[in-house]
Amino acid sequence: MLNLLVISINAILIENFVLVKFLGCCPFLGVSKKSETALGMGLAVVFTMTLASAMTWLFNEFVLKPFDLEYLQTIAFIAIIATLVQIIEMFLQKSIPSLYSALGIYLPLITTNCAVLGVALLNINNGYDFISSVVYGFSAGVGFLVAILLLSAIRERIAYSDIPKPFRGFPIVLIAAAILSISFMGFQGLKLPF
Amino acid sequence: MDFGSILLAFLIMAVFGLFLGLLSALASKFLSVKKDERIDLIVDQLPKANCGGCGFAGCEAYAQAIVSDGAPVNKCPVGGDKVAAAVAKVMGVESKKTVRMRAQVLCSGTTSLANRKYNYAGLEDCLSVAKLGNGPKECPYGCIGLGTCVKACQFGAIKVENGVAVVEYEKCHACGMCVSACPQKLIQLLPFDTDVWVGCRSHDKGPVVRNLCKVGCIGCGICAKNCPVGAIMVTESVAQIDYEKCINCGTCVEKCPRKIIWSGKVQMALGDTLGNDLVPETVESPKRRRKTDETTSE
Repeated sequence: MLNLLVISINAILIENFVLVKFLGCCPFLGVSKKSETALGMGLAVVFTMTLASAMTWLFNEFVLKPFDLEYLQTIAFIAIIATLVQIIEMFLQKSIPSLYSALGIYLPLITTNCAVLGVALLNINNGYDFISSVVYGFSAGVGFLVAILLLSAIRERIAYSDIPKPFRGFPIVLIAAAILSISFMGFQGLKLPF
Repeated sequence: MDFGSILLAFLIMAVFGLFLGLLSALASKFLSVKKDERIDLIVDQLPKANCGGCGFAGCEAYAQAIVSDGAPVNKCPVGGDKVAAAVAKVMGVESKKTVRMRAQVLCSGTTSLANRKYNYAGLEDCLSVAKLGNGPKECPYGCIGLGTCVKACQFGAIKVENGVAVVEYEKCHACGMCVSACPQKLIQLLPFDTDVWVGCRSHDKGPVVRNLCKVGCIGCGICAKNCPVGAIMVTESVAQIDYEKCINCGTCVEKCPRKIIWSGKVQMALGDTLGNDLVPETVESPKRRRKTDETTSE
């Protein structure tokens, strides 16, 4: 249990996927204009990351490992994630239309999100077992959710500020994201067992 | 080079790919949601600006509403008649002629004409200023002029000149975003060809308006009395034109003692110069003004 707690705190705060590992920066900057859409995107990422971790771990363990084909991880995982997202999308559209319309365009966007592929590969690299992989995937998604919500809140505030002209628009967002990132680097000081 | 391992890798990936392909094919068969193909056809015809001017969440939502809820085909203000006809063709119905509309800011109180209550410095947003005594102008109904409508407009059709927002008609697509953005409720959609409008929305009584602004409607009703088709009504101390009846004759423009019924030919008080030209008659000679008052009170 403690082990899993450490993994999740590690993924959410100390090694935040966006702010420390710099994975998934595209949706992080792209859909963080409003808190509502940021929340939708974040939840979609949590959802897919958890499922993708589980599926890729199983595939790696039972197909790639027995045949010594671990070098095919990247291409195989991409195929799995893409199919998975497609099927999830169709499933949601059929059975939970309200959630489908809430997540909207963000689900297909995640297909090519490097954070999702990153979590799948890191699971294997870190040598996690199945449960740890799923927990790691889920917490990495939560870490993304926290980061994108923070940035969207900042951007909503920035929208009403008097910003010097050269910094208006994306420059100030990049600066805000950088400062956010620096502050998250502070969590490196947390010394956790394991 | 171990040929066997390459073959193995090839085979496994091929089988795996085939499996995934089959899986998604099956999924699309069993999980498919029946979608009317007309929705896609209609979306193709719409401008895809997703401005929301039709009253739906976006072009896709509007197409959905046309097909499943029988929404009217001529709701798209951006596409106008052309799109309405194309959509009607997809749906197999006749499209009614749409009236092209445009937004109009119903305030003429430019910086020099409307008296100021206080000087404002802070958030550049009408909403926040509207909470401070309804804006920096003494008239609580006037245009605040910080450009919340400018930001709301996706087509760049609004700009603020001399403290009052002004719409460039040619760029306006009548999507109505500015109408809902304006905290003072000053923006109205008028028929595009309309020449006359009342450039004031003040509900204050005449004498009050006169103290606050040089170009306010005092609700005298002269326009209503003189309108040949009875299209003008004075409600809550402000004249309002019924555009279904209005014939653009321009009588009200001539008769208005305050010169706040504007005609498209005269053009809106784009600059203070134009506004000043019109105002002296009613404002700078007190005698004349009193005379008009008497006529109004009768």
